[in-house]
Amino acid sequence: MRRAVLLGLAMFTLAAPQILTATCHAADSINPQADFKAFRKYFTERFTNVPLNDFVNGPYSMDAGLRKQWLEIDAFPPYQFALDKGKEMFNTPFKNGKTYGDCFPNKGIGVRQDYPYFDTKSGEVITLDVALNQCREANGEKPFDYSKDDMAALTAYMAYTSRGKRFDIKIPDDPRALAAYEKGEEYFYTRRGQLNFSCASCHVQNPGGHLRTEVLAPALGIVAAMPIYRSEWGGMGTISRRFTSCNSQVRATPLKPEDELYRDVEYYLSYMSNGLPISGPGARP
Amino acid sequence: MASTIRMRAIANGETTEVQALVQHPMDSGFVKDSKGNLIPPHYIEVLEFQHAGKTVFTAFWGPAVAKDPYVKFSFKGAQKGDDLIISWVDNKGQSDSVVGKIQ
Amino acid sequence: MNNNSMSKQTNLRRARRGQTRRTIVQGALAGGLAGLGLAGAAPFSRARAAADASKWPKDAFSQKKQADAIRVLYGKTPEPSDKVSLEAPEIAENGAVVPISVSTTLPDVTSITIVVSENPFPLAANYPIPAGTSAMVANRLKMAKTSKVIALVESGGKIFSASKEVKVTVGGCGG
Ligand code: HEC
Repeated sequence: MRRAVLLGLAMFTLAAPQILTATCHAADSINPQADFKAFRKYFTERFTNVPLNDFVNGPYSMDAGLRKQWLEIDAFPPYQFALDKGKEMFNTPFKNGKTYGDCFPNKGIGVRQDYPYFDTKSGEVITLDVALNQCREANGEKPFDYSKDDMAALTAYMAYTSRGKRFDIKIPDDPRALAAYEKGEEYFYTRRGQLNFSCASCHVQNPGGHLRTEVLAPALGIVAAMPIYRSEWGGMGTISRRFTSCNSQVRATPLKPEDELYRDVEYYLSYMSNGLPISGPGARP
Repeated sequence: MASTIRMRAIANGETTEVQALVQHPMDSGFVKDSKGNLIPPHYIEVLEFQHAGKTVFTAFWGPAVAKDPYVKFSFKGAQKGDDLIISWVDNKGQSDSVVGKIQ
Repeated sequence: MNNNSMSKQTNLRRARRGQTRRTIVQGALAGGLAGLGLAGAAPFSRARAAADASKWPKDAFSQKKQADAIRVLYGKTPEPSDKVSLEAPEIAENGAVVPISVSTTLPDVTSITIVVSENPFPLAANYPIPAGTSAMVANRLKMAKTSKVIALVESGGKIFSASKEVKVTVGGCGG
């Protein structure tokens, strides 16, 4: 019900962002499962021609012309070099002899779909990117910049080994986990920036629509293809790079990469994508 | 140093289909860097494929070929397991080459 | 076919290049030897061969007008042909990477060329096609703006063409 209200606002309201925030803080209980159902229903009913598993292909699920170019480009994708580099990095031991694999379940192969997770010890959402830097630091290495190529390469490789595995994001029975989820959701639906857009204005209200030359990706499955090679960037970008550039587009001040709120947003979006396959790394316009 | 060249060559009957991707900036000379200075042109001029001592394909490229350039072609006369030699040279005289196996 | 572009300049370039190239190739070779331990795992090893820059049709690539580029490259006027097939998107997803392919059913093809009329240097790519190689090529090009793309096929000494307009809207939000 709350979800329905939020979606309704995202779709029809262009006014007063405060209403939306106020709605989020309403006393009714947080119910991620109900949110999930309403969210799924909204996208599948709006885009009856898009197979469920195809939502993970972002703009290409929405536009046949783009899709054709993508299929041609993906036959030999431009992220190939990042992927190869990521694999090499992943398999190269740290100075202490340990490897990235030692920090992850199943040696880090095919685990992307389980991130982000809520860490009941620290009480925070841990994304794959953060887990990688924690792994580096635990092994005496300097953390990587969350927006740059090294992180993109590593996450590209880890996503690649997880292709086709389905998002399996859990919200543990811990009020802090629910709170993180809710904060992420709220951030996603809150309008901001000079243009006064929320993430949802573009990715819920207008998927398939054009923003200048770009075709907007649907929020369902929106993080499944990360990291991405964007022709626009002429290179790779991590989730952090994508989030910060989306904020900048509406002339909002981006948060710090992997800021707690961004992690909460990723948590929310990934939970909404439960059951959809990992498709990263992706190639994008 | 990892090779700048990725190649996929698949023999299917008498024809072998080759796809290659080269890691190269292919700077056109018309783009400015973050400080507003023009990035000088830097692009591959020639990409060559050799099989059994014969040049089976040549690409002559200008600055309009996309970054990390890609090409696909096919030729006859090769077999699974044969070597394919790929090499490129750019406008600054830099070059790279690899030997790949036809699958 | 590129003989007319083999100017004195190209020869100078060749001499200069030859020098640089040798040095780099030697470097690559040394790297290859050092890396031999990995050869089993890696699908590739470094090759000795180097592409030959001397044949690059510099003059044609330097032309700023489409007609001049074609004239300098081929010395002939192309005639449109429905036997030349040019595949290009109607609207480019991004002008930075536009997938374009050319194929033809014409016989005795000796080269395929792609020209982007509105680019600062219209000649984008030129592919000599030796005997035994199919008259087909796919590549990815940059397009500065909306433009006609022309595919040229040299067949039996004549030049045939097909063209298509590709819309390019300026790149989005710049990331
Ligand atoms: C003004 C519209 C707009 C807003 C607001 C916006 N985005 Fe985007 N977003 C885009 C565009 C344009 C793209 C690139 C095309 C595409 O894939 O949708 C994009 C892409 C993305 C992608 C990558 C999708 C893919 O498959 O490649 C993610 C993830 C994303 N946005 C998340 C967000 C988040 C989180 C927010 C809020 C912080 C947000 N966006 C706000 C316009 C927007």
